[in-house]
Amino acid sequence: AYKRFSELLPKEERENAWSARVPKSQILTLPELRANPFQHRICHVFSTSETRDDSMSFEDFLDMLSVFSDSATSDIKSHYAFRIFDFDDDGTLDRKDLEQLVNCLTGQGEESRLSSAEMEQLIQNILEESDIDKDGTINLSEFQHVVSRSPDFARCDGLQR
Amino acid sequence: RDSQQADTEHLSRWKKWRRTSSKSLKKVLSEVKGLSSYLVLWRHDIHSIEGKFGTGIQSYFSFLRFLVLLNFIIFILMFSFVTLPTIISKYGIFNSTIAYISPKIIEDICTIYEPSGNKGLVYFYTYLKDLLSGTGFLEVTSLFYGYYSIDAVWISIMRYNLPLAYLLATFAYLALSFLWIIKRSVEGFKHNLVHDADPFQSYCNKVFAGWDFCITDPHAARLKHCSLQYELQTDLQEEKLKQKIAERSMEEKLRIYSLRIFINIIVIAILSGCFYSIYRVTVFSQENSNVSIRNDTRTDLVKALQYLPSMVITLANFIGPLIFSFLIRFEDYTPAFEIKLTLLRCVFVRLANIAVLLFSLWSQISDCGSDKCKACGYNYKLYPCWESDVGQEMYKLMIFDFIVILAVALFVDFPRKLLVAHCSCKLVQWFGHKEFEISDNVLEIIYGQTICWIGTFFSPLLPAITTIKYFIIFYVKKIVLIHTRKPAARPIRASSSNFFFLVVLLIGLLLAFIPLGVSIARIPSSKACGPFRNFNTSWEVIPDTILQFPTGLQQVLFGMASEAFAVPFFVI
Repeated sequence: AYKRFSELLPKEERENAWSARVPKSQILTLPELRANPFQHRICHVFSTSETRDDSMSFEDFLDMLSVFSDSATSDIKSHYAFRIFDFDDDGTLDRKDLEQLVNCLTGQGEESRLSSAEMEQLIQNILEESDIDKDGTINLSEFQHVVSRSPDFARCDGLQR
Repeated sequence: RDSQQADTEHLSRWKKWRRTSSKSLKKVLSEVKGLSSYLVLWRHDIHSIEGKFGTGIQSYFSFLRFLVLLNFIIFILMFSFVTLPTIISKYGIFNSTIAYISPKIIEDICTIYEPSGNKGLVYFYTYLKDLLSGTGFLEVTSLFYGYYSIDAVWISIMRYNLPLAYLLATFAYLALSFLWIIKRSVEGFKHNLVHDADPFQSYCNKVFAGWDFCITDPHAARLKHCSLQYELQTDLQEEKLKQKIAERSMEEKLRIYSLRIFINIIVIAILSGCFYSIYRVTVFSQENSNVSIRNDTRTDLVKALQYLPSMVITLANFIGPLIFSFLIRFEDYTPAFEIKLTLLRCVFVRLANIAVLLFSLWSQISDCGSDKCKACGYNYKLYPCWESDVGQEMYKLMIFDFIVILAVALFVDFPRKLLVAHCSCKLVQWFGHKEFEISDNVLEIIYGQTICWIGTFFSPLLPAITTIKYFIIFYVKKIVLIHTRKPAARPIRASSSNFFFLVVLLIGLLLAFIPLGVSIARIPSSKACGPFRNFNTSWEVIPDTILQFPTGLQQVLFGMASEAFAVPFFVI
């Protein structure tokens, strides 16, 4: 893992890789993240930089890899997945978050989005399935409850070496 | 990390040593795990397919890999327990000799069996024909049952009971396949149970867990986006359709149900037509080949007729699904149910075709019309060594299936791709690239596997041929996939499709039990060849051997076989 991290740095900084920070543009060149629609959210969630420029140090990089590896528990995975899906960082998944999530999933172009009627129906269904306290948003425990019963979550949420 | 380092300074020496040793042990274990994953067959190929085409198609290839391994292990089993002792004794290695026990009260006429291995000068062309149909020089090799006409093998002072070993090896490979499939499907079953128990969860599952994080290729990512969008849209449409169905009026319901009954009758009629034609064709080709053997006239037409059953079966397997997918549009089901029903019908057609072929073979073998089998219990004139004949039919089916798969790949897929890429007329473009139909391909290999299971009893080296066949098919399909197909627009979820493949495979295995059971226990074994010459049926080896055990052991075994014990044991 250290090798891959240091490859992302420009040559001069390689000796100091322990303490260096890799800018976001470099992180996004990793093959696993390149094709991922949530790439920006992932960088944002795992970055601990004070300047909020979403750069990652080696420890952040390790954090990210350990969460996505096969040996992370589903608790940890669902916790981070919740943070990744929470686009406005307010601690709950409300309608706008869900809408952005679905748009990320279906693709970036105009013709690949669902129509607004379909979107409404879909969000309504999702909230019906997962919103237990019926407040119109999904909080962390509701999310974890839903995800724990989903068979595809554990399988597909792992980044291979 | 800083806090961890601060902690370690405070620990005593013993605890430090324990911690470092457990860390290094973990590291070693993970290295070993990483290394052993290199040993897995085709790991890299399947991984790259998963990245480019998603987990649905990848499940097909890992299913194929599972079958290759299964067949290889079955081959090792049969080879080491049946073929190896025979070969050792025939060539006299290790001071081994063969024991021929003279037959008891059997008429001489039953023991006449002269397989015509090619003698003298023959054309090379004949070798090729024999290779394709399992007759001629192949009939006398260890490929078929007739080679094993030995009763016991003496290796130095040990006596190796070949008939018993043959039968037990057969049971062993059936049990092994059964247990392995069950073990693999248990996991999938758990997933399916969770999935079905809560249909209300399906939207959340798709949205929160829908993205396949293993995809690295931007092209594949775009395809995944399309498939996710398609899946969500179809689900929403299905929901609307369900609402519409719930609001149907009485007359509409009546109309639709009567239409469905009518279409099911048509389906049954088509199926019976297929079965009857297979039956007639098998009888016809058997009669012709027997007549020609008796009169010693082997023309080319007769040789081609030997392949007629295989051709008819392949034709039925091809046309059946086309008709079913055409008819089902009129039945007005939800799309998901449509897919499942068509699949079930295709599975039924394929497996029932094999059953009909075997049934017609047996009706020929046990054709005791005008005292033809009074002497030996089966039609000894036409089938002096009927197990080899059945083995030959299975061999022909397998070879023909293999040739068809290769021919379709070469002559249909590649020209199609060339046509679509270079010719821009509207008709060809509408025809378009073919999608990789996972279900069709899976049914193909399950069909081949069922033939292998049935045929291994009659032809012990058949699993080796199957292993090689599937090995080659893996690479052929992979090349066809990469060069010509676009991924299916209809995404199939990986967890449920794995389970579905294994369930159909299990159905094939259970179907294979029936003909094997009938031929082992009911039909008298040939007196002219094979290890069971001195027994009435193949099954009789076991009671015979048990009677030679000490009385105490006999009591125990009879107790086990009695119903009071066997039923609860089986249930558990």
